[in-house]
Amino acid sequence: MQKPHGGKLVKRISGNRDVGGMDIIRVSNDVAKDVENIAHGVFSPLEGFLCRDDFESVLSHKRLASDVPWTIPIVLDEEEKKHGEGDEVLLESENGMQAILEIEDVYNYDKKEAARNIFGTDEEEHPGVKKLYGMGDFLLGGKITLVRGSESPFEKYLLYPEETRVLFREKGWKDIVAFQTRNPPHIGHEYVQKTALTFVDGIFINPLMGKKKKGDFKDDVILDSYKALLEHYYLKNRAVLAVLQTEMRYAGPREAVFHAIMRKNFGCTHFIVGRDHAGVGNYYGPYDAHEIFDEFPDLGITPLFFRSFFYCKKCGSVVNDKICPHGEEHHINFSGTNIRKLLKEGKRPPESMMRAEVSEIILESGDPFV
Amino acid sequence: MINTDKEDKKYTTVSIPTPLVEKIKERIEGTGFTSVSGYVTYVLREVMANMDEDEEEAFSKEDEEKVKERLRALGYLD
Repeated sequence: MQKPHGGKLVKRISGNRDVGGMDIIRVSNDVAKDVENIAHGVFSPLEGFLCRDDFESVLSHKRLASDVPWTIPIVLDEEEKKHGEGDEVLLESENGMQAILEIEDVYNYDKKEAARNIFGTDEEEHPGVKKLYGMGDFLLGGKITLVRGSESPFEKYLLYPEETRVLFREKGWKDIVAFQTRNPPHIGHEYVQKTALTFVDGIFINPLMGKKKKGDFKDDVILDSYKALLEHYYLKNRAVLAVLQTEMRYAGPREAVFHAIMRKNFGCTHFIVGRDHAGVGNYYGPYDAHEIFDEFPDLGITPLFFRSFFYCKKCGSVVNDKICPHGEEHHINFSGTNIRKLLKEGKRPPESMMRAEVSEIILESGDPFV
Repeated sequence: MINTDKEDKKYTTVSIPTPLVEKIKERIEGTGFTSVSGYVTYVLREVMANMDEDEEEAFSKEDEEKVKERLRALGYLD
């Protein structure tokens, strides 16, 4: 079985802790999801929010202070310095999450420098940078213990690493490829997934549920469209669909590595990295998210790099630029923009682009976009 | 790049034979590696990652049965 990142699957849950009388910090539902991901081992080896040493090491070296690869800082911010080292506080969110934070470090940080390191830009137009600039000036580091989980609308499809590890073992899967997504599937996605699946025992399709930018597909639309795809076009004993509750950071290459690390913790051995993975606008080169993996010989999960698939009229099939000898004039691209445009107009994309069962789910949803 | 005293303490010096250093210098010419240190760090990280010990069993039989029950209830296991 795949080793968890950093060697040990973290579990920081205690439903019996007395939280009476503790200072309360209200956190957003997105932060609550981070807390739950830490507690359930999705972010192993993190046991809490990053302290300064780890934070600075992640920014500068894309590694924790212990040298373990880690590319996205998981932090908790506060407007004013209200708490100190050694304090225990209760984190509470609107969606019902409760957790204790043992504060080990309170520190300030340079937002512009952090933005340049994480996102490769300090422009506020970048959604990740914009969010960072809106954060408080202080960061609280320390271990968390989850006391009560949040309510999720996706409970039936929400699995954590200790569950997927048992599931994969029970299915007899040894080599498992993970597919990260934030979109309903078109034919190009399906070809990527099935090409990868051909070489392993099973595929773990793991759509990301959480805050996204305007114009992205809604979470329930993404999940329902995948349910339809799997029902009609995948072998039940070769594919597992479960959601991952965390927000998109739009950090391109760094986020691709972060996505791979999370799937390693779920027990996956391989991870599909597509074109412009976790990108936004023109902030990253189309294959930057492939190249960054060269920096991590010790990542412990094998990236599978894919270029885009397209339909070639001359080949009469779905191909990619490594296997099709024909010119662009023969190609029909599975353009997300074109598919979105058709769906916005209430039109069904051609079946050569998107499965009818998938289009139907999207069109039936009314307004499929955030 | 954050560069403080603390940052300097994250690195240390190890001694390796000079002829080996020369070979490494030749080897990394024209590659993405800009220093012998960078190359040696890369190789050692790879070696160490492959030497990691196996994962300890995370949970008891009872815990595992609970997980299986949930997986069955959700339809993931028959």
